Amino acid sequence: MTDPRPDDLARMFQDLTEAEVWFRDELTLFIPREHIPDALTRAREHGFILLTDLTAVDRHPQEPRFEVVYLLTSPAPPARLRLTVRLPGAEPVLPSAVAVFPAANWLEREVFDMFGIRFPGHPDLKRILMPDDWEGHPLRKDFPLVEEPVEFVGHVPKPPSAIIPKTPPRQA
Amino acid sequence: MNELTRETIVLNMGPHHPSTHGVLRLIVELEGEVIIRTEPVIGYLHTGFEKEMETRTYHQNIVFPPRIEYLATMIEEHAYVLAVEKLLGIRAPRRAEVIRVILAELSRIASHLIWLGTSAVDVNVTSLLMYCFNDRERIMDLLEMVSGQRMMHGYMRIGGLQWDLPEGFVERVRGVIDDVPRRLDEYEGLLTDNLIWRERTEGVAVLTRDDALRYGCTGPIGRGSGLSYDVRKAFPYGGYEEYDFDVPLGVAGDAYARYLVRLEEMRQSCRIIRQALDRLEPGPVLVDDRKVALPPRRELVRSMEAVIHQFKLVSEGIHPPAGEVYSAVESPRGEKGYFIVSDGSNRPVRVRVRAPSFTNLQALPVMIFRNTVADVVVAIASIDIVLGDVDR
Repeated sequence: MTDPRPDDLARMFQDLTEAEVWFRDELTLFIPREHIPDALTRAREHGFILLTDLTAVDRHPQEPRFEVVYLLTSPAPPARLRLTVRLPGAEPVLPSAVAVFPAANWLEREVFDMFGIRFPGHPDLKRILMPDDWEGHPLRKDFPLVEEPVEFVGHVPKPPSAIIPKTPPRQA
Repeated sequence: MNELTRETIVLNMGPHHPSTHGVLRLIVELEGEVIIRTEPVIGYLHTGFEKEMETRTYHQNIVFPPRIEYLATMIEEHAYVLAVEKLLGIRAPRRAEVIRVILAELSRIASHLIWLGTSAVDVNVTSLLMYCFNDRERIMDLLEMVSGQRMMHGYMRIGGLQWDLPEGFVERVRGVIDDVPRRLDEYEGLLTDNLIWRERTEGVAVLTRDDALRYGCTGPIGRGSGLSYDVRKAFPYGGYEEYDFDVPLGVAGDAYARYLVRLEEMRQSCRIIRQALDRLEPGPVLVDDRKVALPPRRELVRSMEAVIHQFKLVSEGIHPPAGEVYSAVESPRGEKGYFIVSDGSNRPVRVRVRAPSFTNLQALPVMIFRNTVADVVVAIASIDIVLGDVDR
């Protein structure tokens, strides 16, 4: 993500951001949740007319637990911008972006389906990929990844093989 | 009588319907034969790839991308390895980059050929399907030649490629890309001015440029509507900035415009491959970084250091620095992106697949509003969805 006007970008959102991170030439702006509709509207007015992606990250067991990530693209001149909102695990609620970007409709439904984050103002917030009667939100870190139980005598669902165990994070 | 005319009918299409090219269900509300509301129901192919990828190492995850989207397999692998390379801050050697471009563009042609054949069948031009599959099979043979498999290659590596090209590959690619434009001329002769084809596609499933923007449509859908956005041009990756090619644009935004855009894209792909073949120079195909790529076999017998690196890479895997990156490629369906969050361990915290089919499908209700039921089939075909990509 090479950005022709990086300083402008950070300045443009200065009053709305709580932190900014540069990593591998990509700019991430952390926005408090009450400012997200303003930030999205302002981004669209400044040429970021494509909502490329809207997704979430579960940092469980850290707090604030969730991060909702908006990836915005300006086709011409080419530029990208990432807005991130941190949400507490106890109350993962965030104003809907459908009014600003209609593309957010299904993307928010997917985030709701997978993470259980609610978006007040969404026209029809229901599950999209999982069955309607599914319990739980699969992409949460505390949602177990196990085999589906089958009706054989003595069958115990196993977790997936961990041939390569997870290592603790390393310092660069 | 008046009561009857005001009544609407709710029609269920799918989940198993030949035109959906997978498992897609549409709930369509009709007024006579005219569609006034559509609700796509998806998720029938949801396999939880994103969750799976969190439980494996970066290297193990290479197997998933081609299974998510199974028509342009090399492009999928390219998208994933580029994202991990960006996270690591490395770049593959030049020869590897050129080979990747060749394979990615071959994949694009193969995917568009499938689209051409199947969407022609959807409007009952049955003769084209086998011609397209025949040509596509020649490309599949090439991909099998380099990787050993027709579809789920696993040929790309983080930092390069599994091995170098086999002997005779370049000549065979030249043979195929000399043939493809000629064959495309023949297919165009069958379709472009074919009265039935034009009547079925012109003015059907129209998406305006504004709507394409509002719904985040990319790829031939966006470009068919006049939205000039191609990831290869806007955010060049893997050496694409060196190649000379045009991005075809449509005006009408209908199914016919998308058809023309895709045909031209195949010709441009041939152009890119020709340039790439001329740029192939001998050199390494895997990065020389012992923390990322396995040491060459010959070093293992001489160097203890190499043995330790091999052991650590195989038993633990790569440890990228903590951080998050987004990296996208232009897939035949639009912008295919990987958003990877790392905490510095050997497994990603989150791998998000930005699927072009998912966002493009969202625009379907807008496209077919006030069209007839028969046009739904054309509309779905013109989006060129891969349901594995929609549902992941």
